Amino acid sequence: MRYSGMKVLWEGLTGNRGWKPVWREPEPKKSYDIVIVGGGGHGLSTAYYLAREFGLSNIAVLEKGWLGSGNIGRNTTIIRSNYLLPGNEPFYELSMKLWENLEQDFNYNAMVSQRGIINLYHSDSQRDAFARRGNAMIMAGADAVLLDRAGLEKQCPFLDFDNARFPIQGGLWQPRAGTARHDAVAWGYARGADMHGVDLIQNCEVTGFLIEDGVCKGVETSRGAILARKTAVCVAGSSGRVMSKAGMRLPIESHALQAFVSEGLKPVIPGVITFGAGHFYISQSDKGGLVFGGDIDGYNTYAQRGNLPVVEDVCEGGMAIMPMIGRARLLRMWGGVMDMSMDGSPFIDRTHIDGLYFNGGWCYGGFKATPASGFCYAHLLARDEPHPTAAEYRLDRFISGRMIDERGAGAQPNLH
Amino acid sequence: MIINHPLLGPRDASEFVYLGDASLIDRPDWQAKDAQQQFHDYLYLRDNPAGAHRELWFHEQGDRSWLVVTRDTITHEITNVELARDVALQRGRGR
Ligand SMILES: Cc1cc2nc3c(=O)[nH]c(=O)nc-3n(C[C@H](O)[C@H](O)[C@H](O)COP(=O)(O)OP(=O)(O)OC[C@H]3O[C@@H](n4cnc5c(N)ncnc54)[C@H](O)[C@@H]3O)c2cc1C
Repeated sequence: MRYSGMKVLWEGLTGNRGWKPVWREPEPKKSYDIVIVGGGGHGLSTAYYLAREFGLSNIAVLEKGWLGSGNIGRNTTIIRSNYLLPGNEPFYELSMKLWENLEQDFNYNAMVSQRGIINLYHSDSQRDAFARRGNAMIMAGADAVLLDRAGLEKQCPFLDFDNARFPIQGGLWQPRAGTARHDAVAWGYARGADMHGVDLIQNCEVTGFLIEDGVCKGVETSRGAILARKTAVCVAGSSGRVMSKAGMRLPIESHALQAFVSEGLKPVIPGVITFGAGHFYISQSDKGGLVFGGDIDGYNTYAQRGNLPVVEDVCEGGMAIMPMIGRARLLRMWGGVMDMSMDGSPFIDRTHIDGLYFNGGWCYGGFKATPASGFCYAHLLARDEPHPTAAEYRLDRFISGRMIDERGAGAQPNLH
Repeated sequence: MIINHPLLGPRDASEFVYLGDASLIDRPDWQAKDAQQQFHDYLYLRDNPAGAHRELWFHEQGDRSWLVVTRDTITHEITNVELARDVALQRGRGR
């Protein structure tokens, strides 16, 4: 069923009786060409692009809970392509371009809103670093504008420009960045994949891999064994847990990231704003809630919740750049488990086990990557060669010395 | 979270800095034939278990000692706290 304005009008006039479930609920078959483990944003977009771009459809997505029950439904929905390094920026810019055409492509309203992102800078040296990053973005085909104080004051008069500790000098603005409705992204990809014949199988936990002589022949699940010529894992925060069942240790630790939403307010914040001297970022949802977050909690965890010290730290960050936020009441907060990698960058790669592929290490930034991650993973699965923009996301990059460390923080996941 | 420091008693976790898996105590032998591979695994690969995890915490806002904390990564319950020095000595590291 295609959605359109006419369809909404027609259904409105005829009692909304014609809407159908958005996807089927099939029983798993005995075998598939490709089995995707994890029905989050990346698993669903991989299935969608495998079917739509690469013409494959004998595919199943296995999800242990319900579709979108992981980080895709927990994040703060920021999409952007403001990276510095050549291994990253072309990939995230591909993602940005896919976002720009996504809703037309999968015929679903994902509320993609290019309201812009501004990274604040607080010193001369930080301004210079941001100018360099802006230039790298422009060279990769993205957009960037360096705002001085006057330019920033026009957009965000409410900022605490003369803060005694971290005065705000300006910001790096990416006008094409913004936000999207996270669940709708999962639902849109799920519906699109289902329409192309992909089986979406919920409540189906992968409990092991069928590995014979170094070849992965499928998976063991809570609903029985399912054979596959290729098994594609993308379970985000559960990466360590799942890949250990194939005997693999990963350059990844699992950490909790929290998010916060205030009560609904009239429009106050134009786009996304990030603090340059601490870790704090904020946007305002279409319902009016201030959506914000900051640092990860900083210790290994698989609990989808965090602790109070980081809550305080995030709120202090908010108070430092926009004291008005102190008047807003917090409505909800929650946490998700992040697959933090050793250099802060992700993996889209084969493993040393034939037929077993891995996608993970997205840290706190994998939502924006959802379209390109699925596209490039699908490319790898369909053609057995990496997509050019994701060619550096290799599992062996630490031994070959090709880390992609945007922060230059070294092999410590809680610093990225 | 409260960490029960062996010398100072219960302290708030926010006084500490977290480093990671306590296997970081077991620094490989730099003269081994496969030292490069060993150091790669030591530095970059993690078990990252769901459940009991032995990990290094540094009491930065306190007595600046390193601790090995055994903590459940699903419930955050802490079951054991040792001085990292004692653990290292038990494993035959240092004098
Ligand atoms: C609080 C928070 C804020 C964030 N903010 C942003 C942001 O502003 N911008 C941004 O770009 N990114 C953000 N992120 C990161 C982003 O959400 C993730 O990087 C991204 O969603 C991960 O990919 P995914 O959608 O595929 O993961 P998930 O949705 O977590 O998908 C993984 C799926 O695998 C399933 N699974 C796990 N184990 C098994 C198994 N054994 N068998 C079957 N299925 C299994 C899980 O149930 C889950 O549904 C944020 C994350 C959090 C938690």
